Amino acid sequence: MSRLNLKPPSKAQAIVEQMYRNMERRIAASPPGLCPVDMALNFLSLCQAQTCGKCVPCRIGLAKINEMLHEVLEGEPDPSILKRIEQTARVVEYTADCAIGIDAAQLVLMGLQGFKEDYEEHVNNHRCMGSLKNPVPCVALCPAGVDIPGYIALVNEGRPADAIRLIRKDNPLPSSCAYICEHPCEARCRRNMVDDPLNIRGLKRYAVDHAGDVPQPECAEPTGKSIAVVGGGPGGLSAAYYLTLMGHKVTIFERHKHLGGMMRYGIPSYRFPREVLDSEIKSILSLGIEVHTNVNIGTDISFDDLKKDYDCLYLSIGAQTDKKTGIEGENSKGVISAVELLRSIGDEEEIDFKDKEIVVIGGGNVAMDVTRSAIRLGAKKVSCVYRRRQEDMTAQAEEVEGAIAEGAEVCSLEAPVRIETDDAGNAVALWTQPQIIGEVDPSSGRPRPVAAEVPLKRIPADVIIIAVGQGISSAGFEQVGIKIQRGGAFLAKTNTQLPDIEGVFAGGDCVTGPATVIRAIAAGKAAAANIDEYLGFRHEITTDVVLPPPVFKDLKARGRINISERDASERKKDFECIECGYTDEEAHKESGRCLRCDHFGYGNFRGGRVAKW
Amino acid sequence: MVSFTINGKKLHAPEGTTILEAAEKNNIPIPHLCYLKDINEIAACRMCIVEIEGTDRFQPACNTEVAEGMVINTNPPGVRHARKTNLRLILSQHNSNCTTCVRSNNCELQRLSYALNIHYQPYKVKPEKNKLESNRLDLSVPVVREASKCIKCMRCIQVCDKIQEMHIWDLVGTGSRTTVDVSYSRKLKDTDCTFCGQCVTHCPTGALTVRDDTVKVLRALEDPEITTIVQVAPAVRVAWAESFGLTKEQCTAGRLVGCLKAMGFDYVFDTNFGADLTIMEEGSEFIERFTHRNKHRWPMFTSCCPGWVSFVKSQYPSYLDCLSTAKSPQQMFGAIAKSYFAEKMGLDPHKLCVVSIMPCSAKKMERELHEMRDACGDPDVDVVLTTREMNRLFRSDLIVPEEVEEVPFDSPLGSSTGAAVIFGATGGVMDAALRSAYYLIEGKNPDADAFKAIRGNRPWKEAVFNVPKAGNVRIAVVSGLGNARRLMEAIDSGAVDYDFVEVMACPGGCSGGGGQPIHEGRECASDRGDMLWELDKASEIRFSHENPEIKALYRTYLKKPLGEKAHKLLHTEHRPKAAH
Repeated sequence: MSRLNLKPPSKAQAIVEQMYRNMERRIAASPPGLCPVDMALNFLSLCQAQTCGKCVPCRIGLAKINEMLHEVLEGEPDPSILKRIEQTARVVEYTADCAIGIDAAQLVLMGLQGFKEDYEEHVNNHRCMGSLKNPVPCVALCPAGVDIPGYIALVNEGRPADAIRLIRKDNPLPSSCAYICEHPCEARCRRNMVDDPLNIRGLKRYAVDHAGDVPQPECAEPTGKSIAVVGGGPGGLSAAYYLTLMGHKVTIFERHKHLGGMMRYGIPSYRFPREVLDSEIKSILSLGIEVHTNVNIGTDISFDDLKKDYDCLYLSIGAQTDKKTGIEGENSKGVISAVELLRSIGDEEEIDFKDKEIVVIGGGNVAMDVTRSAIRLGAKKVSCVYRRRQEDMTAQAEEVEGAIAEGAEVCSLEAPVRIETDDAGNAVALWTQPQIIGEVDPSSGRPRPVAAEVPLKRIPADVIIIAVGQGISSAGFEQVGIKIQRGGAFLAKTNTQLPDIEGVFAGGDCVTGPATVIRAIAAGKAAAANIDEYLGFRHEITTDVVLPPPVFKDLKARGRINISERDASERKKDFECIECGYTDEEAHKESGRCLRCDHFGYGNFRGGRVAKW
Repeated sequence: MVSFTINGKKLHAPEGTTILEAAEKNNIPIPHLCYLKDINEIAACRMCIVEIEGTDRFQPACNTEVAEGMVINTNPPGVRHARKTNLRLILSQHNSNCTTCVRSNNCELQRLSYALNIHYQPYKVKPEKNKLESNRLDLSVPVVREASKCIKCMRCIQVCDKIQEMHIWDLVGTGSRTTVDVSYSRKLKDTDCTFCGQCVTHCPTGALTVRDDTVKVLRALEDPEITTIVQVAPAVRVAWAESFGLTKEQCTAGRLVGCLKAMGFDYVFDTNFGADLTIMEEGSEFIERFTHRNKHRWPMFTSCCPGWVSFVKSQYPSYLDCLSTAKSPQQMFGAIAKSYFAEKMGLDPHKLCVVSIMPCSAKKMERELHEMRDACGDPDVDVVLTTREMNRLFRSDLIVPEEVEEVPFDSPLGSSTGAAVIFGATGGVMDAALRSAYYLIEGKNPDADAFKAIRGNRPWKEAVFNVPKAGNVRIAVVSGLGNARRLMEAIDSGAVDYDFVEVMACPGGCSGGGGQPIHEGRECASDRGDMLWELDKASEIRFSHENPEIKALYRTYLKKPLGEKAHKLLHTEHRPKAAH
């Protein structure tokens, strides 16, 4: 006998490992709205299979809880059963010997507390509380409800212009979303069950790049109603677009020199080329929308005058003021905010960071935008200082990786303490307190950083850019009767109508706080529908694009085709677009992976397509 | 046109045709179970799967379109095996006590199991239980759902969503426990269900049925103390014989009367009598309203369909005063039977049992309304049977309709006119009402076919007729509750303006009612309606006001339409349904 042996994995174990990966993907593709009690039971069954079987609470206790959950879901249990489940789970939690049992019991308890009403509905009425709507995952997760399977099918058929027309039914800014959408649609793509989610944004980018100039639809008969839109960002443009299509007369008032909002003044051109943005705005304005730029509501025109002159108002002023860190030295020379920097870039002002050392404070997407912009403005060194770990950053992972590839330093676990200045009051360095990662915050699921037992660190800097979030400049609006919430956001109902003030609607960042372009578009769309209704109309937005019939393709696992990028060493020298769009071949292959959930599965029964709104 | 091959046969069909349609057109059978053309093409049961060469999975024929060059095989070994396995899976959750099921011999699941030679079941059979009240069926309402027989084909949901638009049924639960039940966790009796029964006539199995009340009838027939009276609704006579395979010539009202006599009913009368009476009252009411336009809200709606009346009560209660106050023919008949007829014959009305045979399930609910007991305090109608229940009684009483002699309806509540028989077809009530209204205004009859424009099986018909002494009368005729909702929205928004509107809850009117014989995949309302119009044409008398026994009734008892007695017995006040 050998004294020690190597342990090659068994064939069964290798397959089970594969199944773990499949299940992880499957959980990622879980549709929203499943019965929580059913899910709790199924998770418990998994926990039970992991039990080693040595100890009583875990071996028998979990089995008994499982039986009781079955009784809740399928039987006619005594109302006391929930109490018994809880008591049993508590005993397992307190007496199991290892994490397998303890954590399983905690899972059960979390559900008993977290969705008590669902449990009670099953026990008392033998039913689920919410009925599952089984939506098409991508469409349901798109705030604007864009017909994603529809336009993917059109791309697959080589009809990019029709794809754009279909997208415009729900989203008048296809180009903007093609370049910069956060694509929440991809998160629960059912294709995840097979291999990877569709590259939905990539396909939209292909459609946009290949559609050419797609004329806008005809507007409805003029209604004689007028609407003022305050703020010409994505939300304001969307509301203006649909309201104009419905036959209303729309005027946009914009504070800045140009329309586009944060798409121009927040997102650098290497992510979203200005000429694409300009032509998209031009196309929307071609419907006949009046625009006044460089106009401030409150100083140039009073809110009351606007209200008097127009039948309805839509406020979409965004969240464009900068937030402060509150550290010592923040007002020194050489300390600027991300908003300021990006606005200057947006207005094409000259900025020179040549040979300068730049420190960026923050870990969100905006921090990455300024980091990468600073590199392009010629900085010698750009460091991104963040108090948590890199994986805890709220910025999208590909943004962080892109910045690093372009030469940015990520200084994680460094909490800014103060800014050191020279005698002339210029910032010269950022002092930070190194952190150690600690306990998980149960509400956010992210671990909290705490000060490490090491001395402060000095990071030399010529320019310090603060990118710790944006606020809403709601000053002045409270006086005219608009309710402002804590944090400065307008209080609006989910239909975008403001309470207690007739004919005024609001949406986008100024209501939600800083969010995404697609959420602003969704708010603009909702506002258009509700303003139309408020004015006594019921115009329908629809399209005559005919979709190709769904054809079931095989389900062979295939890789997701990523969008390629220009080489980091090249792209970091200019503000030209980083991403290269799909080739015809890539677009055809990638669109062919779509499972057409608008038809297959629940889609051909219900909810597969919203043809009009 | 696209060219394709099914089972080796080269075929063509227009683009957009499904494989199932293409196959059926060419007499190539493909089994299906959940499919309901245009209403439910959701490929849920997987019975219609076929093999398409070049694909690695079987595809449903009901919602896959034929494509150029497609090669389809409907029954290769793999498909046959998979189809049978899926059918066994369905059966593993089905209560297959076919022997005691009302849909035995008229069940798609049973037929398919037989057709596919399913004679053993490898899976453990575990039908779903009715969750509420320990598996008890709720017999307090006319429509009954038996969970153990539901195969979750979703047809009831789709019919109620897309045709009737009442959204009574829905999917409940999630995952494997998903099932069909009343929407929003309600009990059926707490919903706005009109009990039209369209979900029942589109259910492929016995999961949805109309409550069986035949025992009550048998008890009355057996009781020597009780005098039994049966009335037969117009639409029953053109549908009942379908279940017995009679020829068109054999399926006469006289033979139906003979069968009911053979059952032992003491008097076999005709609801058509009630229909003629309805015309007298409703027609007079319309003239009264029309000649005093400013005193009334417009339009005036017919009130003979209980599904429609119930719809107005729950959906548009503000329009209740637009409904004619005239009771339906069934209820007028019951009230007259327990007053005029009882007096005339010297019978104790409390010892009468008035049974109606209706093409309708909602009539069972109408009978139970508290305001429908005007003659003697008891309900004016005691039991309502559907056409299907009546046929079951004939069958169980070993009556062979072919062999039964034709007998006329009894007198005095058995005479009727062509104007009455068309009550069973969409547009018929309106046509009949206009014939008599015209007479009452002008003093002479119009051409009996003057109002042809509102006949035929279209969902929303409009016409304007000129009555010289009164002016133009703007008419609309609608059937199906989805259409009724669109009508009401149009009236409410002012988009349309009518004087007199007929609405029937079931598409095509009573001939397509929820109590009629069920034929898988066939909508029979139109054909049956045509037969009713033919009966009208062949009638000696085609005007309600010329019915001699109606004349006698007014002369000797009621005195005049809308008179005091008529008001008490033949009219009612429509009250809004309590909100849920």
